[in-house]
Amino acid sequence: MSTGQQVNNGVGPVSFARRKVVGALAALGGVAIAPGLVLYEFAQAAPDAGKSTGASSKVRWGMLIDTTLCTPGCTACVDACRTENGLGPVTRATDVQWIRKVELKDRKTGAVQSAPVMCQHCAEPPCVDVCPTGASFKRADGIVLVDRHTCIGCRYCVMACPYMARSFVHEPITEQKTEVPRGKGCVESCTLCVQRVDRGSTPACVEACTAIDKGAMVFGDLNDPQSDIARRIRARASVQIRADLRLDTGVRYQGL
Amino acid sequence: MKLRLALLGLCLAAAAGAAGAGGTPKPMLEPARGGQCVAPPEVMRRDHPEMLKHQRDETVRGGVRGAASGAPAASLAQCVECHASKASGSVAARREDFCASCHAYAGVRLDCFECHTSKAKGAAR
Repeated sequence: MSTGQQVNNGVGPVSFARRKVVGALAALGGVAIAPGLVLYEFAQAAPDAGKSTGASSKVRWGMLIDTTLCTPGCTACVDACRTENGLGPVTRATDVQWIRKVELKDRKTGAVQSAPVMCQHCAEPPCVDVCPTGASFKRADGIVLVDRHTCIGCRYCVMACPYMARSFVHEPITEQKTEVPRGKGCVESCTLCVQRVDRGSTPACVEACTAIDKGAMVFGDLNDPQSDIARRIRARASVQIRADLRLDTGVRYQGL
Repeated sequence: MKLRLALLGLCLAAAAGAAGAGGTPKPMLEPARGGQCVAPPEVMRRDHPEMLKHQRDETVRGGVRGAASGAPAASLAQCVECHASKASGSVAARREDFCASCHAYAGVRLDCFECHTSKAKGAAR
């Protein structure tokens, strides 16, 4: 038994953990010595271009869908979603679906309405309530996501979601997009294109709808009274689907 | 007794043969592109799982893309970008590729690339 060997074994694996402890102590010292200064420095930290300093609870991302502008049969948003997130073409009924077109027909008048339905990004998401591992979570800015590192594929959330927004990946996946890692055995759903939102862009479905001059979908910050979406929902009545469940969805509909 | 000795001899010969072949082949690491890594090689070798795990929680849960306050960004995408093999454009497609060769040598299962792409963005798909 050599002492050198023992020392090596002792130092190696803890080095990262020890660095973290040292860092935490240093941070603690900073707070204790000059709390105001540290807070000021955090507030002043300017975000680098193309980088995101993190989701803020001051923001509540939401979407507004005007069904009067949405055409039955148009699948621009659905196609854009599949391309952006690398979902591939639908070959089976069990293939994942992050956004779908729903058509509503009034039986008495025969009038048809069409609207895309996806994860409604609830403020009180039932999928998060039922998740046994904490994989389903709501980000500070209101985007409801699945952390695939913790998802065990139990599909409780699929059952709990009143909007049937979640899908399960049954088959092994190859050719994932760099920004959208996905794998077999996990539940997934609309992420509001979080990878695009974090770099200041809008979700792919909204971009596609705007690109073909439909303009039926608007994305923005519901908390910012000056944003386009906030002004629109102020000017004209909008509804949340299944508002009776009081989930306070981030996706709202006009013309339903 | 003779038989026992013969068996012992045979075992020793087999062991010597295995040792002579060099055992597990050493990982063959292709030189990376992209200049300086986020930490020195000896730190990366030991701590890259912790660094990646830390960054993954920051990114997935907190929405922090790129570097968190002050710390270097341990981005898996950036690892792949610099270390992808010239031949396969990937870090784990073949046994000789950067991540795969070392993980095979260390006998540690590599499951990042069941969900994350192992191919560099620039690589031909």
